Amino acid sequence: MERSLTHIALFAALIAILGLVPKIDLAAGVPITAQSLGVMLCGTVLGARRGALAVVLFLVLVAAGLPLLSGGRGGLGVFASPSVGFLLGFPVAAFVAGWVMERTTLQPGLAATAGAVIGGIGVLYVFGILGMALILQKSLTEASYLAFAFLPGDAVKAVLAGMVTQSLARMRPASLLSRA
Amino acid sequence: MLTLTSPVDTAAHRLPAGVKLAALSLWTLLLFQLASPLPLTLALFAVAGVHLGLGGAAFAAHGARMVRPLWPFVLIVSLWHGWTGDLAGGAVVILRMLAAVAAANLVTMTTRLSDMVAVIERLARPLARLGLSPRRLALALALVVRFIPVMLDRMDRITDAWRARSPRPARWRVLVPATLAALDDADHAADALRARGGAD
Repeated sequence: MERSLTHIALFAALIAILGLVPKIDLAAGVPITAQSLGVMLCGTVLGARRGALAVVLFLVLVAAGLPLLSGGRGGLGVFASPSVGFLLGFPVAAFVAGWVMERTTLQPGLAATAGAVIGGIGVLYVFGILGMALILQKSLTEASYLAFAFLPGDAVKAVLAGMVTQSLARMRPASLLSRA
Repeated sequence: MLTLTSPVDTAAHRLPAGVKLAALSLWTLLLFQLASPLPLTLALFAVAGVHLGLGGAAFAAHGARMVRPLWPFVLIVSLWHGWTGDLAGGAVVILRMLAAVAAANLVTMTTRLSDMVAVIERLARPLARLGLSPRRLALALALVVRFIPVMLDRMDRITDAWRARSPRPARWRVLVPATLAALDDADHAADALRARGGAD
């Protein structure tokens, strides 16, 4: 019980620091933050339920007024901005990534990459595009052009999520709660 | 850690957080009823006026800084509507977005983190039946807030350690040690909790 609670809390903190550290420019010269990578890792490492709860906990602290989103954003305002769809999609993305990890018998690295692509890109973009279409009063097609600007960065992050999960599986198999 | 609550003390800081959140919900509903540029312009002026009236110029400048991250959306919508010629439609979208976000930020700026957390705990009370006791929620929130500076500090040390070993920048190579450290911290914190009588 305690272990579940602390894992959820510590991974919520991990999402926060991955957004606060701009220094990790992941691939050379591409200024992408690692925040959504943190969301993917919540799912692939902690599994569906705990991963989604970690992301919800993170969002609760953002709504409460902590500047934890990348670029130091936070507070209630971000939930009224066009990014709201991505924020609400984060827990679902982590859940789906974790679900793929739990329900497949693929090698951990492959399963995690697949989960990150399906959850962290596929499902997340559906939410994000709906949010932008609603707030900016655009059609779904128009809103999806905006979302696809993030696609290259997110593809890199999905691969990284797979690599990190693979390393954890090799170094400490017991730590992958999604495969426990 | 820094919060987004404004250090400028205003009358709104003393209003109950629940009242402010209810007012914000009504305001946002109202904004979505308005569909022409003139009333929405007035609404945006009203929000700016409340900022100025409550806390003066420095407070309003803080509010303006908090809506600044919206500029890419303002730019894209302006370009799009400039190109299609539907200027009134573009103005409606931009004005409504700014008025809604600025009002929500105003609630954040005038409510202390502890007050907001108290509201969240009250709202989460019905979840106790699903197994989320208020005590556990409070503990989880406190753990996150406490561990963020710890993990940031360690991220710096991981980067330094890489730099001492390699002329190449660390980049993604910090991710695995950072995640492993988070898992270790979680185990240690769980042991410490159990030694002190558990989470419940």
